Amino acid sequence: MRGIAAYGAYVPYWRLDRKAIATALGAPSGSGTRSVASYDEDTTSLGVEAARAAVRAAPHLSPEVLYFATAQPAYLDKTNATAIHAALDLAPSSPAYDMAGAVRSGAGALGAALDARRPALAVLSDIRTGLPGGADEREGGDGGVAFLCCEDTRDARVLAEPVAFGSATAEFLERWRLPGEPASRQWEERFGEHVYVPLGESAVTEALKQAGVTAPSVTQWVIAGPHARAAKRLAASLGATKGSIVDDLATVIGNTGTAHAGLLLAHVLDTATPDALIAVVSLADGCDVTVWRATSAIAARRPATTVATQLRGGGAVGHATFLTWRGFLKREPPRRPDPQPPEAPPAARAEAWKFAFTGSRCQACGARHLPPQRVCVKCHAVDRMAPERLADVPATIATFTVDRLAYSLSPPVVAAVIDFEGGGRFQCELTDVDPAAVRIGDRVEMTFRRLFTAGSVHNYFWKARPIR
Amino acid sequence: MASNGIRDRVAIVGMGCTPFGEHWERGVNDLLVDATKEALTSAGIELSHVDAFWLGTLFSGQSGLTLSRPLKIDYKPVSRLENYCATGSEAFRNACYAVASGAYDVAMAIGVEKLKDSGFSGLPGSGSVGDGTRAPLTAPATFSLLAPAYGKKYGVDDATLKDAMTRIAWKNHKNGALNPRAQFRKEVPKETIACSPLVAGPLGIFDCSGVSDGSAAAIIVRAEDARRYTDKPLYVKALSFVAGPAAGPMDPDYDYTTFPEVVASAVDAYAQAGVKDARAELAMAEVHDCFTPTELVLMEDLGFAARGTAWKEVLAGTFDLDGELAVNPDGGLKSFGHPIGASGLRMLFEAWLQLRGEAGKRQIASVARGRKLALTHNLGGAPGECVSFVGIVGSEPSA
Repeated sequence: MRGIAAYGAYVPYWRLDRKAIATALGAPSGSGTRSVASYDEDTTSLGVEAARAAVRAAPHLSPEVLYFATAQPAYLDKTNATAIHAALDLAPSSPAYDMAGAVRSGAGALGAALDARRPALAVLSDIRTGLPGGADEREGGDGGVAFLCCEDTRDARVLAEPVAFGSATAEFLERWRLPGEPASRQWEERFGEHVYVPLGESAVTEALKQAGVTAPSVTQWVIAGPHARAAKRLAASLGATKGSIVDDLATVIGNTGTAHAGLLLAHVLDTATPDALIAVVSLADGCDVTVWRATSAIAARRPATTVATQLRGGGAVGHATFLTWRGFLKREPPRRPDPQPPEAPPAARAEAWKFAFTGSRCQACGARHLPPQRVCVKCHAVDRMAPERLADVPATIATFTVDRLAYSLSPPVVAAVIDFEGGGRFQCELTDVDPAAVRIGDRVEMTFRRLFTAGSVHNYFWKARPIR
Repeated sequence: MASNGIRDRVAIVGMGCTPFGEHWERGVNDLLVDATKEALTSAGIELSHVDAFWLGTLFSGQSGLTLSRPLKIDYKPVSRLENYCATGSEAFRNACYAVASGAYDVAMAIGVEKLKDSGFSGLPGSGSVGDGTRAPLTAPATFSLLAPAYGKKYGVDDATLKDAMTRIAWKNHKNGALNPRAQFRKEVPKETIACSPLVAGPLGIFDCSGVSDGSAAAIIVRAEDARRYTDKPLYVKALSFVAGPAAGPMDPDYDYTTFPEVVASAVDAYAQAGVKDARAELAMAEVHDCFTPTELVLMEDLGFAARGTAWKEVLAGTFDLDGELAVNPDGGLKSFGHPIGASGLRMLFEAWLQLRGEAGKRQIASVARGRKLALTHNLGGAPGECVSFVGIVGSEPSA
């Protein structure tokens, strides 16, 4: 049977306190915080970070197909999954597909990964935006999650396997957005409740029947969907055991849309014990239910960083900064030339460097080079290089600066010269960092980011961030 | 280092330098014509007497036509070159070699830059970003990388280091205040410098050189012909230029407290000129003070101060106009301004004035006491990845 062999979740560092929205706009905005993707993150980069965590947890399992789901794709017409594929350094023979545009693609991508006939990686991510003062701004959240699915074998035991599915599909206008619009629209809230609850009940009933269990025997219920009220009503109607409904994290990170059911599942898997039954109910343009059973291998390949750890982290971002990052507030730029878009041919030539952070190591003297070189900086040997990927190697700050003149969507630019464990040096931007707190000797790790967008081209590359 | 040098084979017999600053009323063509006119007059010749031209500019024009068009040069060789901020010095170096080779009797080196027309703070961008993976740091940011590294290595706390940086800016403004051609002709109190708005790292606005327009030119002839043009020629003692392997940003052994390229070009230049103890033999040095930490580190790289001691020497006034070795007596890039392509020749212009005793209120006393050598230094790029020029000129041929 196929199942989840590894998974990884990514919650961006920044948090917006809902009280900050209330203060700025003078209207009640509830309590708690939401997660905020930084100015240099998009759904593709969030997906890369989640996928890296999953792949790192299972270094011997290489995905042979990748499905990327998001409601907020960075590009249309062009596949976004190929950037994730490149950042993970997957084989060219492994295809990468987008399932983009709707929250329900998340359930679809995980389903497709389970159905695939080879090791498959489902990457789900979302950045939830809404007009200032609206519910989506307040209650949305940003995040990503990835699941590596494969056949259960002695060498690769799955951590969790699906024991039953249920589904219900209907066409109705509850939440929608025209391409290019900055925010979604919603029909009256009570209408959504009216359509979702019966769909959810029908899908859950089917899944439980298939699993041959009743609601009280489910250890934990994950109920997610952009329509919070419908999800709550459904939760109340299931007959679930008290305390078995998993906290939806609305007060800490908000609703991460396409990623949310998966993110909550990852959170549950982080602490699940063998034989636990986990029902994941995703309400989006219908309902998708999967009942999972944790296997005896559940603890075998957990990611290095749990969801709980990431929930605890986080730096505060102000409302004005949040609006700027999401493009709702246009700020005065510095008197500097506009950034220039990267050029397609050099970016293609440098794919391994730009997307996978692959440098080179001199086979004559062992010196590492970032970016890859043909002539060794140490021994000057020519064409004796072998590629070496340093995306997962920690580094230490040798010197640094805070550039208050350089163009940035979120000035100042913080940059450092970083020396990698085991050799190699690179000069790059720092992110998720307090400019006043940087010191020589600080340890950093690489993170995949969208540096800027110019001329309708997203410039993806790596930055360093403090190891926390 | 393998260089033979052309010590005393060529001489400068005329120079011109426009005021540097915001020339809203003058274009590149005007600046070129102004600097050329002054240089020709100074040498007592006409344009038709010049056999070949070297034009240095980074942003303000391409090809020899940039010079031949405004001056109406009639069918003569005009080379346009650039080498980052060492562009002006490179024009000079190449013109000197052309004369030394015997190919031409009279050559002119001229540098120009018109930075203010772009409307940007700092330098204009250099266009294409290629694959988009290079950190988009501005020039002050890359040079500011020196400050924390230097402080850490030599145990200088942030406040003391900032004091040394401030002292450098204060000194260069003080010198520039005495210079009618400088962009900023005002002394600036240390408190103003220290509290100026931050640009990059610990660098405030006053730690950065002036963004300006300007042009400077030199007429070069064979040394034996020099006295036909002037009683007080400057003899070229050394010309050294190196491009480094740009290893710093990639090699963990580089520590961001020195410019190895400068050390290499200084060693080479001292050997060419026969200088044993630069601090004791030079009357003055014009160095590339693009940002205050640059000048600090250069004092060590050029051998004016022992490693790790430049900050003390700076604070002690060693490099003041009346100090042991005057550094940037004309105000430097800091206060004279930094129109890229012109800067190297502007430095030479100060050497021209000082060694001939024509520097007026900022005349260095040691010249009268017999010091006859001046050093000019340019670098272009960033710490760990730069080009460097060191030149030495003298008022007398060697014995």
